[in-house]
Amino acid sequence: MTEQKDRELYYWLRLIREFEDRISAMDKQGKLMGGVYSGKGQEAVTVGFCHDLRWDDWIFPLHRDLGAFLVKGADPRRLMAQIFGKRDGFAKGKDSYLHGGDLGNGIFGATSMLAATLPVAAGMAFKFKIRKEDRVAIAFFGEGASSRGDVHEAMNFAGVHKLPVVFVCENNFYAYSTPNELQFGVDNVADRAAGYGFKGEVVNGNDLHAVMATARKAIDRARKGEGPTLVECKTYRYHGHSEHDRADYRTEEEVITWESRDPMILWEVYLEKKKYDVEAIRNETAERVRKAVDDAVAFAEGSPAPEGPEAMEDLYAMPIDTEAR
Amino acid sequence: MLVTYIEAIRQAMDEEMDRDKNVVLLGEDVGLLGGAFKVSAGLLDKYGPDRVVDMPISESLIIGSGVGLAVQGMRPILEMQFIDFISCGFDQIVNSAATLRYRHGGQTACPIVIRGPSGGGVHGGLYHSQNPEAWFFHVPGLKIVAPSTAYDAKGLMKAAVRDDDPVIYFENKFLYRRIKEEIPPEEFVVPIGKAALRKEGGDLSVITYGSPVHAVMKAARDMAKEVDIEVIDLRTLLPLDMNAIRASVRKTGKALIVHEARQTGGIGAEIAARIAQECFEDLDGPVMRLGAREAHTPFAPAMEDYVLPNQEKIIEAIRTLAAY
Repeated sequence: MTEQKDRELYYWLRLIREFEDRISAMDKQGKLMGGVYSGKGQEAVTVGFCHDLRWDDWIFPLHRDLGAFLVKGADPRRLMAQIFGKRDGFAKGKDSYLHGGDLGNGIFGATSMLAATLPVAAGMAFKFKIRKEDRVAIAFFGEGASSRGDVHEAMNFAGVHKLPVVFVCENNFYAYSTPNELQFGVDNVADRAAGYGFKGEVVNGNDLHAVMATARKAIDRARKGEGPTLVECKTYRYHGHSEHDRADYRTEEEVITWESRDPMILWEVYLEKKKYDVEAIRNETAERVRKAVDDAVAFAEGSPAPEGPEAMEDLYAMPIDTEAR
Repeated sequence: MLVTYIEAIRQAMDEEMDRDKNVVLLGEDVGLLGGAFKVSAGLLDKYGPDRVVDMPISESLIIGSGVGLAVQGMRPILEMQFIDFISCGFDQIVNSAATLRYRHGGQTACPIVIRGPSGGGVHGGLYHSQNPEAWFFHVPGLKIVAPSTAYDAKGLMKAAVRDDDPVIYFENKFLYRRIKEEIPPEEFVVPIGKAALRKEGGDLSVITYGSPVHAVMKAARDMAKEVDIEVIDLRTLLPLDMNAIRASVRKTGKALIVHEARQTGGIGAEIAARIAQECFEDLDGPVMRLGAREAHTPFAPAMEDYVLPNQEKIIEAIRTLAAY
């Protein structure tokens, strides 16, 4: 990879980290309402899968994938307004966090019934196939959601039609509090791919190089019409399920172990091995991401809060005769 | 052109698929078999497997994939082989499709049609007789239609396909081949949201939809010397055509709502409440409802007949209301 790309990838990792940290801090200060779901620690998965996508490819991120939004092209300011529940958010305040997608950039908003996006992604990939468009859909889901029937229904259909979709399981070892061994009886979620007639791969989700290499293969396969892939990224969320969850169900030792495998630290080690001036890159990047997030926060704070009657907007595309009701 | 109710649906889908290449049909056995009831007979040969898609037995997938197609500008028709099976796709309807536009702040529409055979009277038993429209009547973002004639079946299907919002289209399988009527050979569309005045009358309004429309019409004819009945066929359940309901009740002063679905918590309950509130001064009797009894729809003929509304029960309800 070129030095420029190496630095760019570092920028994305740091931007997401800065976003996550700032959101957590604002939540602690009581500046945010509702649930806040940090993806801190999982940045390499979203950067690895989204960075080399085309603008007309689609992603289906889950609730802690704000990094996917950023890398795929969402305006950081609107993303922050979305998290604030403001009018300039993608949902115009009708829901917060990542339930409002940015469809113009090929980013679909998930519901809270995680994995419900997988059939949607499969349907979209079916359209790409029948219209002979060489586009791909990337559907993210957690290992907890892997237990849901929608995952089976979507993967089965994708296998039947060899659809251009990549299923990305972000296995962060806990579904809220429930550990892997109480979630599934196989060694890896990816083992299930065999049951659908396509390839499953397990990758270290904190190693950006490994994620990118696997993502590239899976995306190429989908784009060439060779069918879906199930990629399981083993990663870790540093925070609880949401910010109010202290995550007492895991040990400090476990958290520290994972922090020592931090995706950003691993990338800095790589930059050092390449003999770049890491100190300079770090300082320069820190300044850039701080400014970007400052700007996003200022925009979100200044964005108007929606008025009550706006609740009745956007229900129907072809509005119904309210007089008659 | 003399057509059955089922043929009217088939024609509407065929014509819409012919008119717009973005219209696709997804469902179980809709292609090779032409549908369990032959609603889509011939469509696979005409439009090919990319547009008439035999899906795995996965209702959640069928509806969810329809949402994905809709975001891409397609207009999928999604068949539930029996409408009873719609419960397996419930989350995709009420959370995924119904909120799609809302949670994206108006960035997209969701032009999907979910359709399938509903209703009893055919000894289908517990899982092939259901009328689950009330489950969805409670959900903002959806539209619901339930035609009772071949004309409406065709015209409402066309309207549903052309509508940019998710429409649940309740076919009545009892009517599939039991009714046959003349429909115009030229193109027509029945607008969503408009009820039909089936019979004018001055004494009493019966508000109904689906297969009971025919039993109510027969009762109105049979009782003509006794009571002058007005019959409103709702056709669209969500949104309700309250203008038509109010106008009729204000004229007659009496309202009976008849549907085949369970009476408790049915759509009739909402209509009754609105009439009570909006037409109180005009009423000369209690707003009455007739729906199915508080049981599942059983298999054995005597029990099924006991549970569902029928001609006799309709006449009895009309007499009770007329006596006020």
